[in-house]
Amino acid sequence: MTVQIKTIDLEPKRHTFGHIARRLGGDKPATRYQEATLDLQATDNFHYKPLWEPEYWHYDTRKTAVVMEDWYKPLDPRQFYYATYNISRANANQAVERNFTFVEERDLLGKLDAALKAKLISGLLPIRHLHWGSNMNMAEACQRGYGTAVTAPCIFSAGDHLGMAQIVSRIGLLLDEQTGAALDTAKDAWMNDPAWQGVRRLIEDTFVERDWFHLYVAQTLGVNAVLLDLVYKHADAAWGPAAVPVAMLTEFMADWRAEEGKWSDAVVKTVAAESEANKALISGWAKTWIDRAEAAARPLATALLGDAAAATAAADAARTRARSLGLSL
Amino acid sequence: MAPKKLGLKQRYAHMTRGLDWETSYQPMDAVYPFDSFEGIKIKDWSAWEDPFRLTMDAYWKFQGEKERKLYAVLDAFAQNNGQTGISDARYANVLKLFLTGVSPLEYQAHRGFAFAGRHLRGVGPRVACQMQSLDELRHVQTQIHTISHYNKYFDGISEFRHMHDRVWYLSVPKSFFDDARSAGPFEYMIAIGFAFEYVLTNLLFVPFMSGAAYNGDMSTVTFGFSAQSDESRHMTLGIEVIKFLLEQHPDNLPIVQKWVDKWFWRGHRVLGLVAMMMDYMLPKPVMSWKEAWEIYFTEAGGSLFTDLARYGLKVPKYADVATAEAEHISHQNWAIFYQYTHAAGFHTWMPDKAHLDWLSEKYPNTFDKYYRPRWEMWAEMEKQGKRFYNNALPQLCQTCQIPMGYTEPGDPTTIAFRCSEVDGETYHFCSDGCKDIFDGEPEKYAQSWLPVHQIFQGNCGGATVPDVLNWYRMNVGADNMDYVGSPDEKLWNEWHAGKVRDAV
Repeated sequence: MTVQIKTIDLEPKRHTFGHIARRLGGDKPATRYQEATLDLQATDNFHYKPLWEPEYWHYDTRKTAVVMEDWYKPLDPRQFYYATYNISRANANQAVERNFTFVEERDLLGKLDAALKAKLISGLLPIRHLHWGSNMNMAEACQRGYGTAVTAPCIFSAGDHLGMAQIVSRIGLLLDEQTGAALDTAKDAWMNDPAWQGVRRLIEDTFVERDWFHLYVAQTLGVNAVLLDLVYKHADAAWGPAAVPVAMLTEFMADWRAEEGKWSDAVVKTVAAESEANKALISGWAKTWIDRAEAAARPLATALLGDAAAATAAADAARTRARSLGLSL
Repeated sequence: MAPKKLGLKQRYAHMTRGLDWETSYQPMDAVYPFDSFEGIKIKDWSAWEDPFRLTMDAYWKFQGEKERKLYAVLDAFAQNNGQTGISDARYANVLKLFLTGVSPLEYQAHRGFAFAGRHLRGVGPRVACQMQSLDELRHVQTQIHTISHYNKYFDGISEFRHMHDRVWYLSVPKSFFDDARSAGPFEYMIAIGFAFEYVLTNLLFVPFMSGAAYNGDMSTVTFGFSAQSDESRHMTLGIEVIKFLLEQHPDNLPIVQKWVDKWFWRGHRVLGLVAMMMDYMLPKPVMSWKEAWEIYFTEAGGSLFTDLARYGLKVPKYADVATAEAEHISHQNWAIFYQYTHAAGFHTWMPDKAHLDWLSEKYPNTFDKYYRPRWEMWAEMEKQGKRFYNNALPQLCQTCQIPMGYTEPGDPTTIAFRCSEVDGETYHFCSDGCKDIFDGEPEKYAQSWLPVHQIFQGNCGGATVPDVLNWYRMNVGADNMDYVGSPDEKLWNEWHAGKVRDAV
């Protein structure tokens, strides 16, 4: 049985905004993602050149070497706008809370022997700094990029990286009984341990990249696809008896990679497909940063797993991925 | 002895500033290339006090919860035709002004805080700015979703994005925010974080939301309540920023004072649109602009600047002029829009007698003397079929870009004119405040995209008013002109005739 409540239907004069209707090819009902995204950024008649970079307008297509006829082509397959983004992350975070409670109640990390704890501290915890660097890069792509379709998900991604850095920090606090000592040790490893210096050098080099789409490629295909995947996907064997609790506590990262990867792949694929020139530029960037990430990953993989095979595996997977997006490496 | 567990504050510090590091493979000045040219001196970024200790998990949880509730109300409002329950269709014009003039600024704030959230060297403020960047994106997107339903029935809303980049009066809010976006990150924080979000937010955000509450706009007021906790965070960040800059180095004081003076006056000029909205456009008014100014600037701002006096900061220059203008500004603005109703994206009208009496009561010093007679004359001209239109294009102030219709301080019957000469060109201003701002950075304000100049230069679709309106994508006869006789009015009357019929 169904019940049907009668409501009054008033005939609308129009179904959506003018700029959305022009995108849809007519006055049709639009989704909330479309109304919240399409053509939202200003494009014309700016008043003043930025004091800090007078060669550009604050919104300027020339801030990257790739050229798009329309920056609203690279859409987000997740159709995230603020509400759906936050609700999705709030849901994912409920699982994080359950997993932390599970591990805490059984003291699964506290029980580990000192050597393994030390390995988690120097081998896993420093990744929080890489997330923080990734946060800076995605905030940069948001502020510097062109068109809300790409830039809005970039600030979501920046928030994600901060959130993941904080999840890793909480793992540290479980390891050091909430004193912060493990985080201090991990930071020292990030700053000085040879195993991490290639990674740190790489992320610091991305900080000075002023071409925002170049930065986007370096971040998503170099940092995410090689370095984060090395640690979260290819390093289980490094954690021995801690592998299961670590997998539980980093479940968010695994889910996030799969989900955000769909978006970042779609963006790279669409922009590369626009022209041969774009494809050549992006292919060059992808090659450079995957190669660099592999070189940076090798000493880390060796420290964690005894040899560099996992670094090669992660980099090869990134190359396969890049080729599947239409790039030639 | 067992090592001491972290307190909340230290724990939060580990979760945020502990993440950051001093780069060594790249020089810090290359990583943060934009935070030194303004001359602000920061001795110790770690002295920053986090104004709110919000980790991302808590942020997602609170914000996700608020969004669920807000969208439930928006859906219910649409399903039950909430737009037919507003006080009067004239109210919809408030939403037109808001979506075309204010919501695009929320978007600009989103991108601007992303800039500050990347390029300030201190990690504490960077995290706070990133959250504000997310919040501001929330505000523009939820405002669009809220007003989207009104757009289905009322005119003047549909082309808000196109109009914001082009229409003459929308260059007032647009240039305001372009000004902040093109400033350095510290000036941006004072302009938007402090002046706009802290000093003036109660005169922008709150009047629109209270107006919605008084006029039966359940969806917009629900957005307002939902955004309230975001706004309090933004205010806290704004006050924290100014205190931090002033505490860090005495050399910062004159720079910050200049910015406070500039952005107070810039903000005051933009708020003239809100003043007009409050006094003329709300069928059920909340309070007069003058009352709002007294409560939120004179009193609240007064105690704020008393508090900041210990840093040597003074009340913004021309605050006294702005206070004196609170007697006039809404009336002078409504007069401008009434005269140029053919080129405005919302409807105008002459207030009825009850409303005139309300204004007389609220403005005993000025309304009967200077403005009521003009309104009565214009109403009389309408009756005789000689409705007054101003067909000349107005001269605009080079700084605030408002038509030069404001009067001399202390002399409400003389239009104020100021000018400056730079490189053989004469630039015109509506006030000493706007002239001072120009004189402080003439190379910046000489660039202004002034709508009237642009029309005369042939950059706005053509030489005639219809050409320009077409270029604005203004639906002539629906979006513009008086409320009386508009399609909005016709539709509203049909809805209400229907209600009366059904009741009988």
